[in-house]
Amino acid sequence: MNSTELELLQIIADMNASPEGAYNIRANGQLADRHVTENIDIRTKTDSPGIDIIIKPETKGETVHIPVIISETGLNDLVYNDFIIGENADVTIVAGCGIHNCGEKESRHDGIHTFFVGKNAKVKYIEKHYGEGDGNGENNMNPTTVINIAEGGYMEMDTAQIKGIDSTKRVTKARLSDGAALVIRERIMTHGRQTAETDFTVDLDGKNSGANVISRSVARDNSYQRFFSKINGNNLCSGHTECDAIIMDNAKVSAIPEIAANSIDASLIHEAAIGKIAGDQLIKLMTLGLTEKQAEEQIINGFLK
Amino acid sequence: MLELKNISFSAENETGEKEILKNINLKIDDSFVVITGPNGGGKSTLAKIIAGIITPVSGQILLDGEDITNLSITERAKKGISFAFQQPVHFKGLTVYDLIGLAAGKEIGINEACDYLSQVGLCARDYINREVNSSLSGGELKRIEIATVLARSSKVSIFDEPEAGIDLWSFGNLIQVFEKMHKSSGGTIIIISHQERILNIADRIVVLGGGELRATGTKEEILPELLGTVDSGCKILADSAKEAK
Repeated sequence: MNSTELELLQIIADMNASPEGAYNIRANGQLADRHVTENIDIRTKTDSPGIDIIIKPETKGETVHIPVIISETGLNDLVYNDFIIGENADVTIVAGCGIHNCGEKESRHDGIHTFFVGKNAKVKYIEKHYGEGDGNGENNMNPTTVINIAEGGYMEMDTAQIKGIDSTKRVTKARLSDGAALVIRERIMTHGRQTAETDFTVDLDGKNSGANVISRSVARDNSYQRFFSKINGNNLCSGHTECDAIIMDNAKVSAIPEIAANSIDASLIHEAAIGKIAGDQLIKLMTLGLTEKQAEEQIINGFLK
Repeated sequence: MLELKNISFSAENETGEKEILKNINLKIDDSFVVITGPNGGGKSTLAKIIAGIITPVSGQILLDGEDITNLSITERAKKGISFAFQQPVHFKGLTVYDLIGLAAGKEIGINEACDYLSQVGLCARDYINREVNSSLSGGELKRIEIATVLARSSKVSIFDEPEAGIDLWSFGNLIQVFEKMHKSSGGTIIIISHQERILNIADRIVVLGGGELRATGTKEEILPELLGTVDSGCKILADSAKEAK
């Protein structure tokens, strides 16, 4: 792997060339490196591009890294990754996609991730999207995440897209059984003329299931963001969705949270707020010696942390 | 030394232009100064003018002889002016540790940050990683606000009604904080307050009412008259109260 690719790896997955635990590195549409462990198997799919990540029941405290990096211009990469997480497992999965596009053509990665979280299993899923490049080629990513959580299962999803992705449409769908819980934290920052659309649908099918979907975003320059979330409460359940956006310059943000109760015992809340940085926040930090620009950066960094 | 020369300020309201400060002249030396007076008398406005948050209509502000009237909030902060807000600002995502670190202006360890929090009577470990938002109570936010000023070594530290929102139990503790600050910083501490216990530790009391400087002097000179207001009718405040109407 060259230094650009290693750098991308570090940014999106916080990892060096050979991390601890199981991993699968995909570079420019090809398998670059793979390591499996006794409890975690990674297999190349035979019917479509992508991999199956199979985690044995009762696997505790292990981590899987599955980064994707693209450093060729004009590459159009599509993968289907399935995660099968056994009962009572407790694992962390780090995914991410980094594009370094120096050319003039569009580089694109579309990942379709499907999770099957077993009974009483616990998963922390961390996903980062990052793009860079000195050319005019566009970096586009369209991640789709499908989540199925069995009885008593728990999944936490942290997803971030901080820089350099020109266009993204992110779709997340989740279905929860009895006693299952899902927490999604999304952080997005768009610059220039970037567009980011995000679309969450959560079906709370199970009794005592619960979901919390939190999105924080910053839209700068002439960028555009659209946030859509829908939580369907189909049983005794609790759901909360929150979209909080800071708008700057000439950016545009639209937030469409929807909650639908299909059961008398569903308890659902949505909150959405869009606004510029509060003047008194800037003033406070300026009285600590920061310039207006520095104050702005601190507020944004904190907000997206 | 901080010097205010002919400071005036007015603001628009429904009934037209209202004079909030009228020709204030004040010299503040290295000392512990308490600005007091009735509500609406212009105290907070004066404090904000010193910090650069509000620009006066006319007049001059000098810090150690240097004219800082046209300096920005940031430039004044860098010259050593600190300001603790009466109503602390909320920050989504910034933690107490972040804020104290920014105030210190350098990388500080958890222990150092905790030390500032302990000084304002907060059990530091419980707070250090909390977000500075509405999950904290008014009193907690207020103390964190004061801690951010402690973390800066300032020439002039201004506290706008530090007692507001702080319970009686912690208040004694807070007075000790101010006393300690006074001794260690060697700078000027300006507190806007109505609290007798704060007035009692002042080297100098400034009474502001109806936008005018009513009186200035040592606590021995000012305090008996202020505290006697209710019984004897303090002339200074009686006049201010009349004008405030």
